[in-house]
Amino acid sequence: MSTLTQANDHDHDHKPTGLKRWFFSTNHKDIGTLYLIFALTMFFVGGSMAMIIRAELFQPGLQFVDPQFYNSMVTVHALIMIFGAVMPAGVGLANWMIPLMIGAPDMALPRMNNMSFWILPFAFALLISTLFMEGGGPAGGWTMYPPLVLQTGAAFPFLILAVHFLGISSIMGAINIIVTVFNMRAPGMTLMKMPLFVWTWVITSFLLVASLPVLAGGVTMLLTDKYFGTSFFNAAGGGDPVLFQHIFWFFGHPEVYILALPAFGIVSQIIPAFARKPLFGYASMVYATASIAILSFFVWAHHMFTVGLPVKGELFFMYATMLIAVPTGVKVFNWMATMWKGSMTFETPMLFSIAFVILFTIGGFSGLMLGITPVDFQYHDTYFVVAHFHYVLLTGAVFALMGAVYYWLPKWTGYMYDEKLGQIHFWLSTITANILFFPQHFLGLAGMPRRIPDYNVQFADFNMISSIGGFAYGISQLLFVYIVIKCVLGGKKAKALSWEGAKGLEWTVPSPAPHHTFETPPKLTKAMLEH
Amino acid sequence: MASKDLYYVPHGSKWPIVGTLSVFTFFLGSAMLFNHSSGAKYVFVVGIAALVYMFIGWFSDVISESRAGNYNKQVDVSFRMGMGWFILSEVMFFAAFFGALFYARMFSIPWLNGEGLGGVNGTHEFLWSSFEAVWPTNVMPDPSNALGGGKAFQEFTEVIPAFGIPAINTAILLLSGVTVTIAHWALKEAKRKALIFWLFATVALGFFFVFLQAEEYIHAITDLGITPNSGIYGSTFYLLTGFHGFHVTMGAIMLAVIMFRSINGHFSNKDHFAFEAVAWYWHFVDVVWLGLFIFVYWI
Repeated sequence: MSTLTQANDHDHDHKPTGLKRWFFSTNHKDIGTLYLIFALTMFFVGGSMAMIIRAELFQPGLQFVDPQFYNSMVTVHALIMIFGAVMPAGVGLANWMIPLMIGAPDMALPRMNNMSFWILPFAFALLISTLFMEGGGPAGGWTMYPPLVLQTGAAFPFLILAVHFLGISSIMGAINIIVTVFNMRAPGMTLMKMPLFVWTWVITSFLLVASLPVLAGGVTMLLTDKYFGTSFFNAAGGGDPVLFQHIFWFFGHPEVYILALPAFGIVSQIIPAFARKPLFGYASMVYATASIAILSFFVWAHHMFTVGLPVKGELFFMYATMLIAVPTGVKVFNWMATMWKGSMTFETPMLFSIAFVILFTIGGFSGLMLGITPVDFQYHDTYFVVAHFHYVLLTGAVFALMGAVYYWLPKWTGYMYDEKLGQIHFWLSTITANILFFPQHFLGLAGMPRRIPDYNVQFADFNMISSIGGFAYGISQLLFVYIVIKCVLGGKKAKALSWEGAKGLEWTVPSPAPHHTFETPPKLTKAMLEH
Repeated sequence: MASKDLYYVPHGSKWPIVGTLSVFTFFLGSAMLFNHSSGAKYVFVVGIAALVYMFIGWFSDVISESRAGNYNKQVDVSFRMGMGWFILSEVMFFAAFFGALFYARMFSIPWLNGEGLGGVNGTHEFLWSSFEAVWPTNVMPDPSNALGGGKAFQEFTEVIPAFGIPAINTAILLLSGVTVTIAHWALKEAKRKALIFWLFATVALGFFFVFLQAEEYIHAITDLGITPNSGIYGSTFYLLTGFHGFHVTMGAIMLAVIMFRSINGHFSNKDHFAFEAVAWYWHFVDVVWLGLFIFVYWI
């Protein structure tokens, strides 16, 4: 420990100052911080769009916005939450923690790292500016299906190029993470000694590198169909609109694991720390993550069961989808087995992680229901789908990300956050998120379609409950901002090992972590390599 | 401590933010061009100029850091891995277009002709009953494109035969793969003159390929009537060959940079990652071309 800090101190630990520090940064911690602040900001931008949606759905009939604007809110909310909130939050954590976890001086390609971040605000400037354009923002859904999306007005090229820009950012970020993990590990940090968070991120990066260019190809074809007269998605010229759905979901299904796998990694760090037991079945966790990632490239058409696929295709994609439940089940089993007979305490990160395991599993089960072809004909494009993916993305991915922020805040700021407020935030979030999304299962099963601003009066009660939950969830998140700011400004001093049961290299450096760490590789002891 | 023992972490750089701003300006200009906004072409040109400035500036920094000996073995491995994964992402980009080609040929064209789905597909019978599935599809299912905006499709008389310019281009690219390898052998034996000669041959072959491809486009558009508006055949033909041609152009420019660096005495027989990276990239565009030659032109 002391030798480590000495090794770090010999070099310039001075930080660059002013705007240069942030615009010209090559420091993984600063860039990680930028990512996290950006993600939180976009979480509120996308969240306020969700509030507009829930306000409109509070009662049947049209109250506040016209249907076109409602649909652009649905579309842009999704794009912002996926590409602007959840993915950047995950990359921010990866930036901050992976070099600390594997004993590296920084990310492998620090300048590219900076560019990956700075693209994001500019890409979202392109996207959000469309809301003020002639014809309004994109309103055909985040999936951008033709021919509907081709009716978009002036927003169309901005939408396509914003997606390209975000893709460039994510691909560069992913390459950086892969290279960092494979080339920058301290001697002794073998692959199967890496913390699971690192494993899940490197596998996520494979998914990004392999799937995002396919999306780029798909949206390029949309662009040429609209402006250059090509017929990729025009049956009159021999193409097929369904082709776009295949291309999109070949990207889109890996994408949902891009959002989920880092969350698995986070939970696999937090649960052992607060159960004070090693992670149960480490190797099986690694293999399960890899299996999920590989399978994710063979299940895309389960998003398209009702579009008119050949029956053999429907069966193949149904069975392949069912297979994913196996490695996911392994993971859920391992998390529970880690807690079994552990000396558990329930600080905020642990609460979020346990809620993750339960609520993500609910989302996983509704996903299984949707993956069964014959019943999907009933559920497709209903609020059941909305409930499903919000369980896996909000009470799944976002809960894990928030748990991660509570878990590592002491390392970042040097102070402990206010535990009492953290727990209040947890309970408010969990209760309100369930009030928000659980009734949507019933709405969907009863036949309420998604992406429509009005509905039949029979759906009124559950929609009102859901909206109340939505507003309450939105307001509760302000408490999260308050807790984070309070912790940045001060509080109880955090020790290097901020959590008694936590394992890993990140806890061997002081809190807050110095600007530069591990400029020379640390000498790893056996204790440091436990997970 | 010698700097070679430490992993080189640059402390602050303006290039990433310059790069972001230049891509942003380029995209903004492109989107404005599509919308016919006023002033679009100025934004677009500024974007392109900024991109060129960024590439030259960023690579100059990296080259001078490399020449100054800042990069140790581990940094070299990072660059190698980074380039490899970048090429994989490019492979997946082309996979989307090849996928579209295969999908059209295997599924959408036969389905439009009434095949598949157990013979219950009504498209052919009720919508466009005169359509016959042939590849290349020079008569579209609905030649007037009444449902797709009403701009009639451009029909074409014949397609470009595989064993004309495309076969010559195949030979050119395969040959350039050989010349770049001979250049690499020369570099490894520290024979600079041979290195420069064979690099020059590679660059020349690369640009010759692009020239022939441009000739072929002119012939296809003016004589044969194949345009991007020629249904799914024209769509896949131009997107696949167009993106490939763009990559060959980029690769040839990169090779030219390597050639000028070789003339200026850069690279040693042991340390020449930039050369290798460009050579990998060149082989990648070569392999993509083989796929194009077989599936777009030949069968």
